[in-house]
Amino acid sequence: MAPDELADPVALRFDGVSMVFPDGTRALDDVSFEVRRGEFVTIIGPSGCGKSTVLRLASGLLDGASGTITVADENLGYVFQDPTLLPWRTVRRNVELFAELHGMAKPERARRAGEVLDLVGLEVFADRYPRQLSGGMRMRASLARSLALKPGLFLFDEPFGSLDEITREHLNEELARLFVSERFAALFITHSIYEAVFLSTRVLVMSARPGRLVASFEVPFEQPRPAALRFDAAFTALAGQLSAALREAHT
Amino acid sequence: MTASRPGAPRPEPAGTTGSAATATTAATAAASGGRGRRRSERVGPFVVFVLFIGLWYLVSGWAIDVVFGKPAFLLPPPHRVIAAGFLDNAMIRGQMFEGVWLSAQVAFLGLAIAIVIGTGLAVLMSRARWIERSLYPYAVALQAVPILAFVPLIGSFFGFDFTSRVLVCVIIAVFPIIANTLFGLLSAEPAQHDLFTLHGAGGRQRLLKLQFPAALPSIFIGWRISAGLAVIGAVVGDFFFRQGEPGIGRLIDVYRSRNDNAEMFAAVILAAGLGIAVFWLFGFLGRLAVGRWHESTGQR
Repeated sequence: MAPDELADPVALRFDGVSMVFPDGTRALDDVSFEVRRGEFVTIIGPSGCGKSTVLRLASGLLDGASGTITVADENLGYVFQDPTLLPWRTVRRNVELFAELHGMAKPERARRAGEVLDLVGLEVFADRYPRQLSGGMRMRASLARSLALKPGLFLFDEPFGSLDEITREHLNEELARLFVSERFAALFITHSIYEAVFLSTRVLVMSARPGRLVASFEVPFEQPRPAALRFDAAFTALAGQLSAALREAHT
Repeated sequence: MTASRPGAPRPEPAGTTGSAATATTAATAAASGGRGRRRSERVGPFVVFVLFIGLWYLVSGWAIDVVFGKPAFLLPPPHRVIAAGFLDNAMIRGQMFEGVWLSAQVAFLGLAIAIVIGTGLAVLMSRARWIERSLYPYAVALQAVPILAFVPLIGSFFGFDFTSRVLVCVIIAVFPIIANTLFGLLSAEPAQHDLFTLHGAGGRQRLLKLQFPAALPSIFIGWRISAGLAVIGAVVGDFFFRQGEPGIGRLIDVYRSRNDNAEMFAAVILAAGLGIAVFWLFGFLGRLAVGRWHESTGQR
């Protein structure tokens, strides 16, 4: 998607990043990793280990870290834990919001909104208000909103954490499909082992605060991934290894 | 790539007038209430109204003499009030409706000015913490001082007719508008502010596309409260400013001084009717503006 795909294959790089908050809390300790184009990298770790801090630093919402953070593409998608839709806008107008903030012309905005609503299967609900949607549909709308700008790098902050198991699995499958078709680089935060293995090309394990990356797992399964992959023996074996690494990081 | 965060969200101010319409779940309960509940909703107000009128007759026909030992003319029965005020005498009726019309003009102009000033101040205070901390105490003080003490002074400065009456309405109505608008402007969630920051939104975009829409439910609550207060302001102003056309408050005062209590109560009812009408009107406007998306006003 990006024209400089070959010139700069790295979408995001953290190099020896440490973060200490003004109140003295040490959130991150010497964190280094990179997300290359075509990669879906997940950071998994216990609650409060500083995972979200990684995303806030990467997006520029937070600064004051030591070390270097390099982002190749200014055009970031950021999906929060809550859908954070504006309740006074219809789904369509919510999806148009970012393009509007960037001053994009109305016809182009409308065209893109139509496209991405189609992509996440919400075209029928385009003129509903957020309060008329289920939690899963709100999250789809939130995804569509970010997709509309065709970001080169997507940041996900436990986006499916508050959904029920079935909805969550559905959305995992949809996100896996979107990853293949839209070809963005992704940095995903979760504390669900199965979600991490299902979605990622690589999983990084973060220790309890201060967050440190303690293990890395390549996830070799082919894309696009079928729902049934979750019952594959290799999948379960990898989930088991990941679980063990997490437990070790936790103690 | 590091973006700074202009206008980072701040926590809500403490002193709002206890009317913070925070959206929670209320919509589903009303729908499942069924037929029985709806009937009781219609019958209840009717029963209370009948009881109220009955109590009025009881006091004016019996209790005022037997229990309180006062002359009966102090509280005429309802039908006398209606007849004396609106039916028997065309001149009095004309006086009444002209008076209430004038008071309505005073109240609406005062309210309009209060809305402009109050919204402007609220926007200013929402821009920076220090502005809020510097100005808000005066807004509270304006609310707390006994306005009656100032009213004669206002007359000496601005004359004893229309201008001063409007000014009293402004002073009395401006605080709820400031408080509720400010509360609303600061009510947008931090995560929503983050979104606007991520996409490089400027202060104006943030105000117009995030803070104002988020504030609308509380803004309308402020307007509704202030509309009722503006009517009271118009009546109070009438008691002090005796030049120019008489408003409804002036008539209340005149009838009282003549011991025409039936006419006085009729005028009070009319003034109250005006207050109820504007309260209802702004409630209606609020539902029109935010009813589609805001849960607290949606299906009540």
